[in-house]
Amino acid sequence: MAGRKRTLEAFSFELVMTLVAIIALILIIAPSLVVLIVSFTSGFSLRFPPPGYSLRWYAELWDAWQLHFAAKNSLIVALWATGLSVVLGVAAALAISRSQALSARLLDSLFMSPLVLPALAFGLAALMLFSLVGLPVSPLTLVIGHTVVCVPYVVRNTVAALAQLEPTLLESSAVLGASRLYTFRRIVLPLIRPGIIAGAFIAFMSSFDNVPVSLFLRDAATDMLPIRMWQDLEGKLDVTIAALSSVLIIATVVLVAVMERVTGLSRRLTN
Amino acid sequence: MGTAPASRDVTSYGMGLAAPLALFFLFFFVAPLVQLFWLSLHNDTAGLHWGLGQYIHFLTDPFSLSVLGSTLLLGAEVTAVCLVLGFPIAWLYQRVGPRLQTIIILIVLLPLLTSVVVRTFAWIVILGRQGIINATLQSLGIIDTPLKLLYTQFGVVIALAQVQMPLMILPLITALGRIDSNLDDASCSLGAGSWRTFFRVVLPLSLPGVIAGCTLTYAAAITAFITQSLVGGGQMLFMPMYLYQQASTLQNWPFASAISIIFLLAVLAVVSVFTTLGRLSRGYGGA
Repeated sequence: MAGRKRTLEAFSFELVMTLVAIIALILIIAPSLVVLIVSFTSGFSLRFPPPGYSLRWYAELWDAWQLHFAAKNSLIVALWATGLSVVLGVAAALAISRSQALSARLLDSLFMSPLVLPALAFGLAALMLFSLVGLPVSPLTLVIGHTVVCVPYVVRNTVAALAQLEPTLLESSAVLGASRLYTFRRIVLPLIRPGIIAGAFIAFMSSFDNVPVSLFLRDAATDMLPIRMWQDLEGKLDVTIAALSSVLIIATVVLVAVMERVTGLSRRLTN
Repeated sequence: MGTAPASRDVTSYGMGLAAPLALFFLFFFVAPLVQLFWLSLHNDTAGLHWGLGQYIHFLTDPFSLSVLGSTLLLGAEVTAVCLVLGFPIAWLYQRVGPRLQTIIILIVLLPLLTSVVVRTFAWIVILGRQGIINATLQSLGIIDTPLKLLYTQFGVVIALAQVQMPLMILPLITALGRIDSNLDDASCSLGAGSWRTFFRVVLPLSLPGVIAGCTLTYAAAITAFITQSLVGGGQMLFMPMYLYQQASTLQNWPFASAISIIFLLAVLAVVSVFTTLGRLSRGYGGA
């Protein structure tokens, strides 16, 4: 009797947990699916389900030069910001990863702080400083601003990869007569490369998607894609944005799949 | 590059390698924030007259205070929804085989890496007058006129919860993975039921993950400018949009600076409360 009560109780627990989990998973994935479906509508509105299906909004997207221009700007800024983040971030990660010194801990907190501080406040602060020193808003100011908010991802992932590195490997390499640079190139770099790539990937995605910093550091000549989309959505609900969103969703799915292969991305984010 | 001197530690690198990033942060992160703070302590736009006028203005203005209050409340609501919905996902993740685990983690990761504007746009499609929810309810005959879902607190909370959910789930998965499953079995064999085991053993032991997840979700939810403004619409004002309006539309930089500083301090206060709780819970979990 007691055993039966126990199984019923265990069953109720597992049922509730599993059901909530499934509902939550659907909640997470549904919006992307809805956008994908709506983007193929033949109608003029975002009505769901669509009255019919067509590729007309993808044709519209093909001709939307303003979105192309903004996408190109976003891509260029994201590539520069990622490159700069990798150079600065990997060097800094090498310095602070194995050090127990207080200075290393403080630098670590400093480099991570853009992740928690409201980025909008930083965007405003950066704009005020640039205008104070007379540096006009340009792609350069955008790259600088984006690097500040993207470099933490590179530092964090590189530090995590370095923490997994066996110190004895470096010692053996040195004992066998390899220079530090040679050891770095032939031993350290190959072992931490997946961590660096994972960090660079997240940095790139967050730069490409950045709004709060770009909002203050761009002008009409440096229109950025997420801001262009946001302003289009504020004005009217354009189905072209649904087509563009679908393209971005598919691109993200492909990139995540590639990154999962190359770097084991999901393992890195849950450890 | 000759061979390194034998006395030098070959397993670590000099702090000098951190200098370029440290300098970069000094010029482009610390200096702007100092300048922001400096300007917030001035009563005029030119920054000539020192004073606490901007802060006094904010703290005595019922409207400003209500914006701050509703922003902090929004963060709490989103965090609660994320925790209640996210925990079962992390729990399920630990119970299924590797193939399903990969599927779950990819479902969780994808939104995290998809553009925030895209994710928010999806919610406009779902919550709108002709959106899925209204269309379904109308075709089922449950409602006659479309419900107002967009531009409501409910809409903002649910959209933000979906957008920020991955930030809650990832630390939870890590924390649940560290719990010794023998403890679970021990509790059950000692006569505690599944519910009791969950609330008395699993939940307390996963507290470090819960707190890490709550910190990230809360900080992200209250600063989520795009989702707040697009799903909330013009009637609902939260701190990020308030800051942006004052800075950009009204060009009132000293007041916008003060809003930024107050917002920064509010975020820091919440993060440090969570961090302190995290430290306490680690002591509890380790016991």
